[in-house]
Amino acid sequence: MARMKLVLVGNGMAGMRTLEELLKAAPDLYDITVFGDEPHPNYNRIMLSPVLAGEQTVEQIVLNSRDWYAEHGITLHTGMRVTKIDRKNRCVEADDGQGGKTHADYDRLLLATGSKSFILPIPGADLPGVIGFRDIADVDAMISASGQFKHAVVIGGGLLGLEAANGLKLRGMDVSVVHIAPWLLERQMDEPSARLLQKNLEAKGLNFLLQKQTAELVRGESGRVCALKFKDGDSVPADLVVMAVGIRPNTALAESAGLQCNRGLVVNDTMQTFDPRIYAVGECVNHRGIAYGLVAPLFEQAKVCANHLAEHGVARYQGSMTSTKLKVTGIDLFSAGNFMGGEGMEEIVFQDVGRGSYKKLVLKDNKLAGAVLYGDTLDGAWYFELMRDATDVTDFRDKLLFGRHHVGDSGAGGGLGDEISRVMALPDTTEICGCNGVCKGDIIKAVREKKLFTLDEVRAHTKASGSCGSCTGLVETILAATAGGDYSTAPSKKPLCGCTEHSHDEIRAAILKDTLKTMPETMRALGWKTPDGCTKCRPALNYYLLCAWPTEYLDDAQSRYINERAHGNIQKDGTFSVVPRMWGGLTNPKELRAIADVAEKFNVPEVKVTGGQRIDLFGVKKEDLPAMWKDLSDAGFVSGHAYGKALRTVKTCVGSDWCRFGTQDSTGLGVKLEQMTWGSWTPHKYKMAVSGCPRNCAEATIKDFGVVCVDSGYELHVGGNGGIKVRVTDLLCKVETEAQVMEYCAAFTQLYREEAHYLERTAPWVERVGLSHIKARVVEDETNRKILAERFLISQKPAQVDPWKERADGGQKHEFTPMAALA
Amino acid sequence: MNENWIQVGRVDDIPRQGARVITTAAGEIAVFRTVDDEIFALRDKCPHKGGPLSQGIVHGKKVACPLHDWKINLDTGLAVAPDVGCAARYPVRVEDGRVSLSLTPEDGCPNR
Repeated sequence: MARMKLVLVGNGMAGMRTLEELLKAAPDLYDITVFGDEPHPNYNRIMLSPVLAGEQTVEQIVLNSRDWYAEHGITLHTGMRVTKIDRKNRCVEADDGQGGKTHADYDRLLLATGSKSFILPIPGADLPGVIGFRDIADVDAMISASGQFKHAVVIGGGLLGLEAANGLKLRGMDVSVVHIAPWLLERQMDEPSARLLQKNLEAKGLNFLLQKQTAELVRGESGRVCALKFKDGDSVPADLVVMAVGIRPNTALAESAGLQCNRGLVVNDTMQTFDPRIYAVGECVNHRGIAYGLVAPLFEQAKVCANHLAEHGVARYQGSMTSTKLKVTGIDLFSAGNFMGGEGMEEIVFQDVGRGSYKKLVLKDNKLAGAVLYGDTLDGAWYFELMRDATDVTDFRDKLLFGRHHVGDSGAGGGLGDEISRVMALPDTTEICGCNGVCKGDIIKAVREKKLFTLDEVRAHTKASGSCGSCTGLVETILAATAGGDYSTAPSKKPLCGCTEHSHDEIRAAILKDTLKTMPETMRALGWKTPDGCTKCRPALNYYLLCAWPTEYLDDAQSRYINERAHGNIQKDGTFSVVPRMWGGLTNPKELRAIADVAEKFNVPEVKVTGGQRIDLFGVKKEDLPAMWKDLSDAGFVSGHAYGKALRTVKTCVGSDWCRFGTQDSTGLGVKLEQMTWGSWTPHKYKMAVSGCPRNCAEATIKDFGVVCVDSGYELHVGGNGGIKVRVTDLLCKVETEAQVMEYCAAFTQLYREEAHYLERTAPWVERVGLSHIKARVVEDETNRKILAERFLISQKPAQVDPWKERADGGQKHEFTPMAALA
Repeated sequence: MNENWIQVGRVDDIPRQGARVITTAAGEIAVFRTVDDEIFALRDKCPHKGGPLSQGIVHGKKVACPLHDWKINLDTGLAVAPDVGCAARYPVRVEDGRVSLSLTPEDGCPNR
């Protein structure tokens, strides 16, 4: 069958990104032709400001070289403007500016005509020396003017205007910025932060003329512009005038073809225009009334559009939340959302003029609605995430303004970060990702050479921040500084993995709502893009299904990581370690003798006491595991699940039986808790502890669920972590009896099992959903607590079967024996 | 190519989306079965740090090494970018549900 024809009008970032996504999804579906009216291949328009400032070259910002088009069999026409769409005959006509016409037929047409600078309709606007700031030609004009003339005026004190002014100043011109509003960047900043910015830019030599309205551009003797006249009668000399007063969607072509436009070419959630054969993406588009001008939303649109062009037909674009950043070296500014406040809003403000630092957060209904940061923008990405996820900030509102680092910072992404300038001042050899040994220079090189824009792409290409994730903030900073991506790299919704468009929460909800009970069924119902998932989604789905249908779901061993499949921890030489369960850390001579016996019998090279109060036998060959488990099982041991996303240990101190300070029987309670919870699978590993008095020798306040006994009862603590990032628990509540401890523990554990994302420890989960959310369900609502506890106990019945004994008795034999032994 | 085929077992002996190990005098070979019942054989040693590929999660035509999550293509033995390296491939064939293997690895991969 002949391939369909796809024509792309507009050789810019949004259109080309769509093609790249399309080629990934369906490389052979179309013969592709691209028209661009600029003489260049696709380049990174965001980086025009650094090019103007002399920090990068045009060559460095090219995203798709001409070779790339050739390699992918794409016909590229540069310097050709499409002037006509014949919808009836499905054909476009392009003009090379010298009377040459080119035609191309299409089955699908993609319009990505972008936007153009808005030119003020004032006398003299058409004079030589008056330009916008949109493309390489404008930059060339500015660079050439800076070599011949002295006076530059930029009309417009928005992001683009300030970047143009900064670049022209660096090129040696005297620059004035004319702005109609009382302060700069009034759409991104409030007055106090804008004043700080102005001061900073004035120190760089820029001149500002605020609340000034331009009346006329004056023609000089040479015919070129020579001055600017204001409505109040003042005037300033100007050999170059850059209009940066806004952009307008470029819809002339679409309108001439009779497509519905209304401040942008109108599209639906699948990026389709009113003509179903014609799609549109990018700055020319009006989606749900909004025309976006930032790269991240455009890339989201590109992804959706490509999905439909590839005839997958499942993705929808539902709009984006955006944030902005100013690309002027040495100035850190971040803003997002509603930062001006208003009715029903509350503001938290921090201001230190001396240090040039300003932060303002706007809250609505205890959720972050907007933020402006000036000077220290390190936490911009975090605030943006809180806005996107509509996180209730009640529980850490007092520390919110001081940033993630002060809130606890249990998860990936933060803490290690630094201002962009300081990070970028680090030498290229600085190791950024300690897990994978990735240096700063490696990341910059990959971002430049592979044209990366998102954190996921950097991870895929360099592995930086792909393991423990604690360097995520640093990697994001390097990415932002190198690629010029704005902070809105976070899509409006985070899919579980590349196999699906759906988030963790959506998948969990669908499993329950649509009673999806097997993995193939779930993947089918939710439109999985891969035939059988990947290493990210399969273990997650297996857990979600198991949690949702504990008595029915048949565990899929092949979707479990080897440790959980073989019930031991794989070591770097391929051997396994074996940790028998010791209830509450208690043991006796008989058990110790049994462990000693197996250690000798199976030549265990190393025996070690673990941090969880039990004994680890290292270096066991996989084929020896079942026999060793048989001996341990005969001696009364069960698996310690030291290898699983599961209940690990319950650490205890000796308690009132022996300790002169002990207030309760902490050891006994620990044993009871462990007997209730052992064998349960959880989103991530799950550790508990019981301390017999507030001296807290069992370190209960860095556990997922910790009990601190006091004279009058038991304090229950949750969400602690002693790992990558230490986090002290939050106090859940205080109860009076052991029976209550058991019930609260079961309920809390079940809430975590049902709500957390797979591989999310309790610490980041508690921070994400908020302690109040957990208290409301576990402490304040007695009925709900009892229901949760009951659900936990129901799921424990099938879970509390010792996997070691099953395998010692011959189960899963294929896992432990070679298929064949050849001489 | 050496056409000495050795029978090593049945397709059904290998879990779907899983692998089994064949021990040989020259080291271990992993025999994989994909979700579509395709069978592949690779040297059971990740080109990165020698992790046992047979213990990894099989998805599509790839296996993820259990040690550091390198992804290895089952059909070529090549690591998925950005990682670089390969695990030697062994010829396999299936007849009447029986899997046979040649112990002479295919050319092109230094990881012996």
